[in-house]
Formats: sequence, C-alpha cells, structure tokens
Amino acid sequence: MLELTPKPAIDTPDQTIGTVTIALTDGVALASVAARKGQLAACEKVLSARLGAVPPVGRAVDGTGETCFWTGPEQWMVSAPEDGQHVLADQWKDALGDAASVTEQSGGWVVFDVRGAGMPAMCELLCSVPVRRMETGDVQRTMIHQTGCFVICREAGRHIRILGPRASAQSLHHALITAATAVA
Amino acid sequence: MSQKNRIEGGQINRDVSLNFTFDGRRYSGHAGDTLASALLANGVRLMGRSFKYHRPRGPMTAGSEEPNALVQLRSGALQEPNTRATTAELFDGLSATSQNRLGTLSFDLLAVNDRLSNFLTAGFYYKTFMWPKAFWEKLYEPVIRRAAGLGSLSLEDDPDVYDKGFLHCDLLVIGAGPAGLMAALTAARSGADVILADEDFAMGGRLNSETLSVGDVSGVDWAAGTVAELAAMPNVRLMPRTTVIGAFDHGIYGAVERVGDHLAVPQAGKPRQILWRIYTKKTVLAAGAIERPIAFANNDRPGVMTASALRSYANRFGVAVDRRAVIFTNNDDGYRSAEDLHAKGIRVTVVDPRPDVSVLRDYEVLAGAQVVDTMGRLGLTFVKVRLADGSERTIECGALGVSGGWNPNVHLTCHQRGRPRWDDGLAAFVPSDLPTGMHVAGAAAGDLSTAGALAGGQRAAQDALALDGAMPPLPEAEDAPVNITPFWYVKGDGRAWLDQQNDVTVKDVRLSHQEGFRAVEHLKRYTTLGMATDQGKTANMGGLAIMAELAGKAIPEVGTTIFRPPYTPVAIGAFAGRHRGAEFHPKRLTPSHAWAEEQGAVFVEAGNWMRAQYFPRAGEENWLETVNREVLATRNSVGVCDVTTLGKVDVQGADAADFLNMIYCNGFAKLAVGKVRYGLMLREDGIALDDGTAARLAEDHFVVTTTTANALPVYRHMEFVRQCLVPDMDVQLISTTEAWAQYAVAGPNARRVLEKIVDQDISNEAFPFMACGNVTICGGLRARLFRISFSGELAYEIAVPTAYGDALMRRIMEAGAEFEITPYGTEALGVMRIEKGHATGNELNGTTTAANLGMGRMVSTKKDSIGAVLSRREGLNTEDDLRAVGVKPLDPAQRVPAGAHLMAAEGPVDAARDQGYLTSACYSPNLGHHIALAFLKDGANRMGETMRVVSPLTDEVVDVEICSPHFIDPEGERLRA
Repeated sequence: MLELTPKPAIDTPDQTIGTVTIALTDGVALASVAARKGQLAACEKVLSARLGAVPPVGRAVDGTGETCFWTGPEQWMVSAPEDGQHVLADQWKDALGDAASVTEQSGGWVVFDVRGAGMPAMCELLCSVPVRRMETGDVQRTMIHQTGCFVICREAGRHIRILGPRASAQSLHHALITAATAVA
Repeated sequence: MSQKNRIEGGQINRDVSLNFTFDGRRYSGHAGDTLASALLANGVRLMGRSFKYHRPRGPMTAGSEEPNALVQLRSGALQEPNTRATTAELFDGLSATSQNRLGTLSFDLLAVNDRLSNFLTAGFYYKTFMWPKAFWEKLYEPVIRRAAGLGSLSLEDDPDVYDKGFLHCDLLVIGAGPAGLMAALTAARSGADVILADEDFAMGGRLNSETLSVGDVSGVDWAAGTVAELAAMPNVRLMPRTTVIGAFDHGIYGAVERVGDHLAVPQAGKPRQILWRIYTKKTVLAAGAIERPIAFANNDRPGVMTASALRSYANRFGVAVDRRAVIFTNNDDGYRSAEDLHAKGIRVTVVDPRPDVSVLRDYEVLAGAQVVDTMGRLGLTFVKVRLADGSERTIECGALGVSGGWNPNVHLTCHQRGRPRWDDGLAAFVPSDLPTGMHVAGAAAGDLSTAGALAGGQRAAQDALALDGAMPPLPEAEDAPVNITPFWYVKGDGRAWLDQQNDVTVKDVRLSHQEGFRAVEHLKRYTTLGMATDQGKTANMGGLAIMAELAGKAIPEVGTTIFRPPYTPVAIGAFAGRHRGAEFHPKRLTPSHAWAEEQGAVFVEAGNWMRAQYFPRAGEENWLETVNREVLATRNSVGVCDVTTLGKVDVQGADAADFLNMIYCNGFAKLAVGKVRYGLMLREDGIALDDGTAARLAEDHFVVTTTTANALPVYRHMEFVRQCLVPDMDVQLISTTEAWAQYAVAGPNARRVLEKIVDQDISNEAFPFMACGNVTICGGLRARLFRISFSGELAYEIAVPTAYGDALMRRIMEAGAEFEITPYGTEALGVMRIEKGHATGNELNGTTTAANLGMGRMVSTKKDSIGAVLSRREGLNTEDDLRAVGVKPLDPAQRVPAGAHLMAAEGPVDAARDQGYLTSACYSPNLGHHIALAFLKDGANRMGETMRVVSPLTDEVVDVEICSPHFIDPEGERLRA
C-alpha cells in the first residue's frame, strides 16, 4: 500500500466573490502528446479513435472521460481525472507507440475553475484572451500575472478553466481573487 | 461662499449639492460640475501659479488640454499633483490645493521670478549656470528645482490600487461627440462589437456645450438619446471617463479608465483606474478639435480663456465667468460664443481683427480691432483694445474669450510617426498618414460643423467595417462653413504667452530663431515649447506659426514635432497595475516549501523561486554557524536539499541522442540507457552557455537538467535549435521542471536512507555512480532516481510527481532520523560545490570558455556541436588563457573576497597587471579556512604560486596560494562509494 499521500498545489476552499466562484480543481491527470516526425497522420488517427475527433487549433475535444486540447503545432495536452494510478501518460504512450512522444505533466500544473456571470469581466483584468468571444471548447495560451497559462472555455460566458504553473499556484490564486474582487 | 456666478441652464444637477475645499476654504457646487466649473461658479478664477515665473493663472479651457489650472487633489498619501481642475469631476468632500507657490496662492513669494523675467528667457539656464562647474550640483540645481516646477509628490506609497485589463472589439470609437456617437451607432446597428470611449464623464462631446439642435431636439438631448440607445445594445461597451492614450502597433490602443476618481472614498479592493489594452480590428478617431488662443501681451491673466471654454462654462455648467465678457476672435466660431453668452444675459463685446466683418449684431462688435493688453493683478479686470483707427479703448471685464481657430485633434493619428497635412481653409493641420485600420471623423478630420460630424461619423464606420447598402438618413444639423483669417499674435512689446504651462513667450521663439535654433525640434527643446504635461496642445501651433513667419516660410514647411503617447498624463500606478510590492512578480514555491517553513527556513529569491537558504536552529548565533553545521552534517552523515528548481527538459524522439550531441559539446550519442552524463553547452560563439546533466531513460528518451537560473534560456535555446537549425530531426521537447519534485540526498549515509524508501536494489553494484532509472518508492509510487552529486558526496537525486513532494520530504526526514539527517539550503549547497570545485553561474558568467573552466578536452573533435568550431578560435586559445584554479589564504584566519583580483605577490597593483579574478568564495568548515575559486592566467601551470588577492572595493589585500580547485576528494572516491 502506498505510504505517501498527494497534496494539492495550495490548500484553499472554493471562494465566491460577487457572482464569481473560484475553485481549485485537484486531481487532474495531464499528459502532453507531440507527434513524431512524419507521424502526424498516425498520431491523429489514435487521437481521433480515443476522443472522437482531433482537437483543431485553439480548441478542446471532450472524449469519454478524457479531454484533449491543442497546445502547439502537432502538440496536444490530454487531461482526465486522476484515479491515483498515474497511468494516463502510459496509457496514451501504449496507444500511440512510436507515433508520438508522451510526457507526464500532472505535477506541472494547477487547475482553477472559474464560474459565474462575472467571469468575463474578471477574465478581462487577468489576460488578453477575448473571453467574450470564446465559445465552449475554445482554448488559448496566455499570460496571467506573468505566468504562462492555458484558458479553456468550458461554458461560453460563464465558466473557464485555467491551467497555470503549479509552483506559482499561490500567486496565481491571489491574482484571481484580486480580479474577482475588483469586478464584484 | 455662495455660487455668485451660477446662472440658469446647464446640465448640472442642482438638486445635488456637493461640498468641497480649495486651499482650505469651503465651497459648494453641483453634481455634473468639474472642479474648475465649481470654482468659477464661486467666483474663483485664480487656481494656480505658472511654472517658471509664478504668474497667477486660472483655467484657460474647459477640457483635458488645460495648461494652467493644475491642482493637487486629495491629501496625505493619496495626494495627486498636476491634476487638471477642468477635468476633475466634483464629488462631495473633494479636497484640492494649489501648487507651485511659496506662501499663499494670492501672495506667492516666488512671484519675484516674474520681475526677473528679462534674465530668465529661453536658454537662460544653459548659458548662465556653466560656471563654476562645481556649483551646479550643490547650488544651482537645488535652487532652480525649488523655484520652478509644478506639484509635489507625497513621497508615501500610493494606497490606491490600479488594474490592467484587456478588451477586444471590431470597432473602437474614440470620442463620443456627434461624429463618435454616429460612428458607434452605425457600427453597432450592423452587429459589430463596438467600444465607445470618451475622456469626459458625460458623453456627447461638444454637443454638451452647445445650444444647437440635432434633428428636432437639442444637441444635448440627441446625444443623451443616442447614448441610451447604444447602452441598450449588447454588442456595445460604453466607456466614459476613459482616455485613449496611445495608438500602438497591430491595432492595439492604450486607454485609461478612471473608475474611482470621482468617488470620495475608494471602494476596498476596487481599482482607482484601469489601464486597458484594447485590441481592435478598426478604429474611428472622433477626438474633436481644440480651440487655440491668440497671443497678446498679458494674455495669461485668470479670466482669459478660449472662447469655447467660456461657452462651455455657460452652456454646460451654468456658470458665467463674469457678467461682462470680451470675445477676441479671428473666425466666425467666436461669434457663436458671443451669441450664447449674450443669450445668457452676459454683456459681450467682440473684438475681431478682420476689418470687413458685420457689426450688425445684438452685441457690440469692434471690427479691425485687436486686444493689445490686459490688466488685473490676480485676475482680469480690464482689456485694452486697439481699434481699427489706431486709437485705444479700455474695456472693463472679468472674462476674455479668445478664439484663434480650431486645431483638429490629430495626436493619435501621429503615434506611429504619421505626419499631418496642412489645410489652408482651416488654417490648421489635419490627419493625413493614418495608422493601419484607423479612420478619422468629425472635427478631428477637419469637419467642424455638426452636420459634417454626423455625416463623417457614419461614413467612417461604413468604411471601417465595409458596410454595404443605404444608411438611415441623418438628422438635420447646423452646417456652418469655416470662416477664418489666420491671426497668431498681436505685435507689441509686452510678454505674449504661447505655452502657458511652460511659460514660453513670443519673445522666446524670436530668441530661438535669432540664436539659430530654427528647426521645429530645436525650437521645442530650446524654449521648452510643448514640453509640459499638456504637450503644448494649446501652444504648439502659435509657436510654429511665429517661427514660420520669422523664417519666411509657410507653416507646413516648418512642420510639426512628433506627437507621442500618452495623449494625457497617466499615473505611474496605472502602468504598474497590481504588480507592486509583494506582488511585483509571482513567486514559485518548491514542493517542500510548506515543510521548510515549518522548519523555520530562511528563504532566498532565485528568479521567481523561493529557495530555502538555510535552516537556523535555536542557539545558533548567525547564518554562518548554521551553514557550517549543515555542511558538516552532510559530509559526515547525510543531508537533504530541495533541487526541484533546476530546469528539467524532457527530450524524446528517434533522433533525441543526435540532438543532444548537437546541443552539448561533449558526446552523448553513446550514452547507455540507465546512465547520466555531465554535459556542457556552448553558445554559437564558443562561450559556455550552461551545464547540467542528461539522463537516458530509454533509447529515445532523455531528461536534461539545467541550472536554476538558465532553465528558461536553455529551453528556449533548445527549441530554437530544434525548430530552426535541425528541423529534420525527430525530436520533441517539453519542460517538466515543475512536474517533478526532486530532492538531493547526499552524504555517506545517503544510500542507507534511500534504501528505506526506494522499493528496488540501489546498492553500489546495482545502481552505481551516474546511474539513473525509473523506480518505485514507498510501496509503489512512480519515481525517478539519479546517482549524481553536486556536493561531491555519495549522493542521489530522487524525483516524484510534484503532488507527492511534500510527503516525500517528510518521509525522507523520517527515514533519515536515525542518521540525524540534516536539511540544507542553498548556502550549504554553495559551500560544498566550491569545496568540490564545481562550476555554477559565477563561473559560467557569459565570458568563459570550456578551456577556461578546465574542461577544454570535453569539446569533442569527433563530432559537430554548437560552439565547437568557434571555441577553437585563436583568440580563445592563447598561452596565458584563464584557467580555473583554487585559492586559499596563507594566513588561515583571513578571508578571501569574491570578485577580488589576482596580482603578483609583489609590485604595483593596477589593471595592466591583472592576473585573474575570484568568482566564488566561502568559508570551508571542513578545511577550517576560507577558500575560493578563481580564473587565473595560465592557472594550470601555476599551482603552489604565492599571489595577492586585491579588492579595491572592500579595501582588502590578502596573500594567497594557488591550488587545485578540488579542495575536497579530488579523486572522487566519495561519490563513487
């Protein structure tokens, strides 16, 4: 039996400020996928088979229990609820074989879910993504409080998911709270 | 004091009275007032002192172009200097004070400067304060700084908060006058996302200050109705109190929204101002025009202002600056001011230098006349007029409105170095060379009539968005032509002011011409014309016109100076936003941070990382005592250190080994799976870039580590090489620095500690020095183990997914308790690596080669790698090249200072005799004396030589011996144990 227990990036309860609720979402498994040279078609075939579609530029695709979004040319990030086995990267590597390089990324990121009517106004104080124009499933890489983040639109106008560098979770959370307070 | 100058009408809300103070005196105004309009309503015209001569000044305008009425708002830490009273929105409890005075505003002792004006002309400082040289810093500059200037800073931290934000739209409309409103309406009705920004708190622009009609309603009502219609549309964002300050590249505009400046008490957590970055596909600039004055003697007394300002105060704010007014105009728009004032019951006389104008008006018109002088100590009391027949007449009045014509607001069209075009019909510059995507409408484009503005706004939106089809008919509005005879200044002897904020006169421009500073940019710098906080919005044209006349050129031949952002001054706090104090930059916390805090660690910033520097214990008197304990404990038993901050790059692909062979100067192609190798990266020029390790986890999978400081630059370098230099290689890179918590466990008992944690055999046979591999720990958690050592001890680095980092550190401490395991910080880490002679940032300092570092042989000649060829340059391979050496003091009690230089044991000390320099120094608790690493000319052949270490900065000279840089375990037996 495993003697060690994981710890969330920061220990903070969900907070509602005005109409915005900021929640740390712990236990998200992440793995990056990058197509090998000349293997794009083979890689996309696996992505399509597992997810139902290949995420196009700036978009996320929801598969069964897994979400995948585009992160760069011929690169994607897969996410799924962490079940404690830490096998997401291995599963994808098994499926992709030599078609892609897969890297475990679960520990690299902190995930915040921001929901509520005031979310767009708050987001406008945080980063340059055109949040009011984002449709559900849109994804953009951006800077929030000088840290490189992904912003995923989970529900247009109401819910974004922010993936930020885990080591800066405290600073990032502070920035979110500050922005939510400013627009509350 | 009663509002004795308040008259009927205007858009103020008389049901809401607001109390405020100016220089400690209590006044009242109404909602909708500015500070200037409220003071004028109370009969206060004197609001400030001028920059240089401390002359009494009052508002010259009713807008953001104001040069004179600058005041300090609020008090204490909230004090803000140089705020224009003409734009400061009145609120209950507002506290304002005048600035730049010694004594009271009405009795300013520094007004003595005005008496010395004959000496204080343009260029005065440059000519006068040159001798004696030493006096400048101690005498002249302090005195000048005290005597000249505007407001002062509180020198306290600004308690207000500011935000920065980002907006996106299809069309940004700048200015909400008739042109801007019509442009926004046209665009919004087409479905486009529109942002309409206006610097005023009331949208409507000049319509708020006029009595004219638009369609069958007043201009004010039409503006209010249009704003209401726009406000109801979901695709429109109305941004009053928002100044667009700059037009930048790629359709990006800067804008400052004054969110809380009109509130008495800032709301907790809410920004006072927001600096917006607006991304827009197209822009309509409808920024209007600014009325310009005419220069004449003593044209700066409080009560002298632009004619349109008098009109604004009367029509919009219900204020008569005085019941008797004179209008001095060279164009027909001046008569609109006269008519509006006359209709308000103010007695008006118009002075018009044009001889052929009609005098058949309801008020007095003096055709062919000029205002030649004014009187009044602290405010205007009389104007002296030279009539057409040459005789002079004095008119008693407290308000003089001057109209020299209108200058379109071209500023934002020029922020990308566009030059405006001269328009003879307007006698003004109009926009010409526009930033990409910008369209200009209304008065800003030179269409000064209301009908022209409405049509121009509609047309600009149509053009910007390529809207097809017929547009709705425009409402009828006045369409008066521009009738102007250029007239810039009245000839005479008295001082005629051009730039009232910087105290520049017509005479100063003459002097500039006379002394050869004739180019427009020279004129600006010699006289300081247009260099004040208002950027000469009311001054520049006059200066250009006079220079043109003196030079015998046309005005467009003289040209204009460059308009630069910001359009109006911006608080520095707005640029900083939330990035101040502890939030200046984000922090990166290591996985063991919470645990380290529990241990009482002292942290040090390493970039954004907060690393444990040392772990003091009770009874230890200073940091050195702590560090010595940590070093000895590690060398004698076992220590643990969080090394998560070292950069980690995951390198995969069929060509991963070849890629690393390219990146590192030493060979990697044959590195076996399950092994780690030290690697040195060179820049293209052969200088060392960074060092670290690469661990081969599979044939096609490596993990590269970098120094903490170079994690990002190295990753960037590797991506550059991958994408640009070797695009055909099959290699993929991704940073995993934060994905893994990594701890160094070092010391003779390191293996015993880890054997209790790692599930696999890690004996020396099974897991020898420089081994690596995937393991499991604590009953099955995936981990990575590397047998590498920075300290020189038997050491491992163990990595787990970051979420388990805290638990692993606690588990290591538990497992190591029987060996008295000691956590150590960056200080002890530094001591141990100096003892071992390992290089780090101090040695990889951007000037050193592999040969300097003593690693010249590592640069493989059997392969190509970045920097290898240029590292063989003759200049980098001379006989007396610097070599890494060790340094120890002859007297063990003496310290050796890092940064000091090496000199021969005897003889003079100077730069020409420099032999090398110390890069790293510390006290070695193992050796009992100080040690240092250094670069010394031909150092490898000078072992045992006695030299001097000289530090002119700390005034130290120490006799030292040159030795091997490997002070501890030079054979490497410990780390292979």
